[in-house]
Amino acid sequence: MTAPISPAHNAEALRRDERRERLLLFGLSLPALIMVLLVILVPVGWLFWLSLFNDEGVLSTYNYSRMLESKSYVRIFKTTFNVSFLTTLICVLIGYPLAYFLSQLSKRWAAIGLIAVLLPFWTSLLVRTYAWLVVLQRKGLINQWGIELGWWETPLRLVHNLNGTLIGMVHIMLPFLVLPLYGSMRSIDFDYLKAAANLGANPTKSFWFVFFPLSLPGLFAGITVVFVLCLGFFVTPAVLGGGKVIMVSMKIETLIDLFFNFGTASALGVVLLVLTLAVLFIAHKLLNLDKVLGSGGGG
Amino acid sequence: MGQDNALPITIRGVTKTYGKVFALDAVDLDIHSGEFLTLLGPSGSGKTTLLMVLAGFTRPDSGSVSFGDQEVVRMPPHKRDVGMVFQNYALFPHMNVAANIGFPLKLRGIAKDEIRSQVEDALGVVQLEGYGDRGVEQLSGGQMQRVALARAIVFKPRILLMDEPLSALDKKLRERMQIELRHLHEQLGMTTVYVTHDQREALTMSDRIAVINHGHLMQLDKPRAIYDHPANPFVANFIGESTLLPVEQHNGVASFDGVPLKLSQQDQGIGPLLMLRPERLVFMFEGDDPDFNRFNGTVTEVVYQGESFLVYVRLSGGEEVAVRSISQHRSLESAPDIGDSIVLGLHRDETVLVSEA
Repeated sequence: MTAPISPAHNAEALRRDERRERLLLFGLSLPALIMVLLVILVPVGWLFWLSLFNDEGVLSTYNYSRMLESKSYVRIFKTTFNVSFLTTLICVLIGYPLAYFLSQLSKRWAAIGLIAVLLPFWTSLLVRTYAWLVVLQRKGLINQWGIELGWWETPLRLVHNLNGTLIGMVHIMLPFLVLPLYGSMRSIDFDYLKAAANLGANPTKSFWFVFFPLSLPGLFAGITVVFVLCLGFFVTPAVLGGGKVIMVSMKIETLIDLFFNFGTASALGVVLLVLTLAVLFIAHKLLNLDKVLGSGGGG
Repeated sequence: MGQDNALPITIRGVTKTYGKVFALDAVDLDIHSGEFLTLLGPSGSGKTTLLMVLAGFTRPDSGSVSFGDQEVVRMPPHKRDVGMVFQNYALFPHMNVAANIGFPLKLRGIAKDEIRSQVEDALGVVQLEGYGDRGVEQLSGGQMQRVALARAIVFKPRILLMDEPLSALDKKLRERMQIELRHLHEQLGMTTVYVTHDQREALTMSDRIAVINHGHLMQLDKPRAIYDHPANPFVANFIGESTLLPVEQHNGVASFDGVPLKLSQQDQGIGPLLMLRPERLVFMFEGDDPDFNRFNGTVTEVVYQGESFLVYVRLSGGEEVAVRSISQHRSLESAPDIGDSIVLGLHRDETVLVSEA
C-alpha cells in the first residue's frame, strides 16, 4: 500500500505550469500584436488626430461640420453608396448563376472554370482598367463593331460616366463574390437535394426551397466583401468615370494632391471608415456574419 | 392493412456497371406487398445501388422495376412517391422539425392547417410530440433519426426505403430503434426495403432477407431459413460464424473423417461442406446419444467474453473449430482446459451440408 496523498498534492506546481504556459503564448503572439498596433491602430489614430484641425491648424470640428453642411460632400457619399450598391447588385446577378454553374460541374471542369474566374486577379488592376478604356471608348472595340454590324448609329457612351465605372468595377469585384459563393455551394450536401426530390420536389422547387436557402450564407459573405471593397475603391472609378463619378476616395486624393488639405481629407477618411464599420456591424447583426464566414453554412 | 397502403415491387434483370465492375448483375427480386425486406451484404456488394435504383437516384444500364403494375425504371425520383430515410438523415438544416416533416405535404399543395395536424400526427407516431419548433441542430442522433422517419412516412407513401438508418446510433439505441421500426412497420403496413450490412439487424427486423454480394442475389429467404440453411459458403460465413469442412460422399452417404454423418429426416441438402456453428456444437461427456454426430479433438484456447465463452478445438483431422457456450455457473465450472482431449457433439437436426456455390 502506498501512503494516501492530500487533495492539494501538486496543485501549486500544476497551477504554476498553467500560468507559465499562458505567459509563453502571450509572448509568442506579442510581435503580431505590436505589428497590428503599428500598422493599423497608430495610422488610424493619427488620421483621426489630423482630422480635428481646421485649415489654420486650430483644433476644431470644422472638418466634420462642413461635411454635413456642404451639399457636395453629401453628394459624394451618396454617389459612393450608389455605385457600391449597383456594382454589388450586378455582381450578384452575374455571379450567382456563374457560381451555380461552376458548382454543378465535375471537380476538374470546375477547377478550370475557377482559374478563368481568378485569372484577372493575376493581372494588374491598372492594366485591366485601361484595357476597359480601350474597349469601351467612343472609337473602341465595342462601338466599332456595333456600328459596323449596324446595331447602332452613333457611338454609345460606355465610358467616362457611370456605365464605364460600373462595367470596370463589376469586372474587378466579381471574383470576390463568386469565390465565397462557390465555396458555400460546393459544401451543400448532395443528399439534401436527393431528399428534396424523394419528397416530391421537381428540380425547380428543389432549387428554390433547398439549394438557394442553403447557398445564402456564401451569398451574404460575398455581398458584404464586395460592398465594403467598393466603398473605398479608387483606381477604376477614377479612370473610367471620367471625373463624372466622384467617390469618397477620389475626393480624398484631390484634397491632398491639389489642395494639400490634410484636415478635410482625414475627416473624409474617418467618416468612410466609420460608415464601413457600420455596414459590417449591421451585416453582422442581420446575418450572423461569424457563422457565415466561419462555417460556410454547416452546422 | 395490406393492399391499400402497400405496393409490391418487381425487379427484373436490373444491371448496373461502373466501368467494368458490375454493381448489379441481372438482379431479379420480388418484394411482396407490405413486407419488410432487408438487403443485406458487405460494403460494395451492390445493396445500396439497388436501393438507389428503387428510389430513382441511380439509373440502371438495363432491366425493369415496377411498383404494383406500374413500370418506374424511367420515372424521375420526385414522381415516384416513395418515402426514404437517408443514412445521414438529410434533414434540411434551414428548416425546423415541423417544416422538415411538412415539406412533402407542402409540395403536394396541402392546406396549412391540414399540414399542421398531419405533422403533429407524424410526430406522435415517432414519439416526438411537441418537437415541431426545434431546430434540426438541437436534436440528438436518435431524435434526428425519428424526424427523418416522420418526414418519410408523413405523406403516406406505399413504399418506404431505408438506407442504413441506424448505423450512426450507439449500440443500445440502435437495438431499441430496431424494435420500434419493426412495430412501426406493423402499424403502417407499407412495403419496406431496408439496407444494412449488419446481419444481426437484418435477422432482428426482417420478414425476409435478400443477401447480396458482388451484385448478385446470393439467397432470399426468411431470417431463420437463411441462418439455418445457408445456400452457399458466402451466406454461411457472412451471417453468423461458421466453419465449413469438406465431407466425403459415397453413394449418397456423406461422411466426415470416415464416419457417416447422421442427418435430419427432412434434410435432403447434400452439399459437400459440413457447417459447424460455434453455438450449435456441444461438449459430449458420457453416453452415446444416437442423435448426435461426434467429433474428437483437443482444446487449444479458451476465451471468456462475458455473456458467453469460446473454446477453440483442433479436430483429429487438424481443422480448428470454435464452440460457444453461455456463461452460466455450471457451464463455466465444467469448461475444459487447454490441452484437454474432448468429444464435440452436433445434433442431427443441426447437421447442415452446404453446397459449394
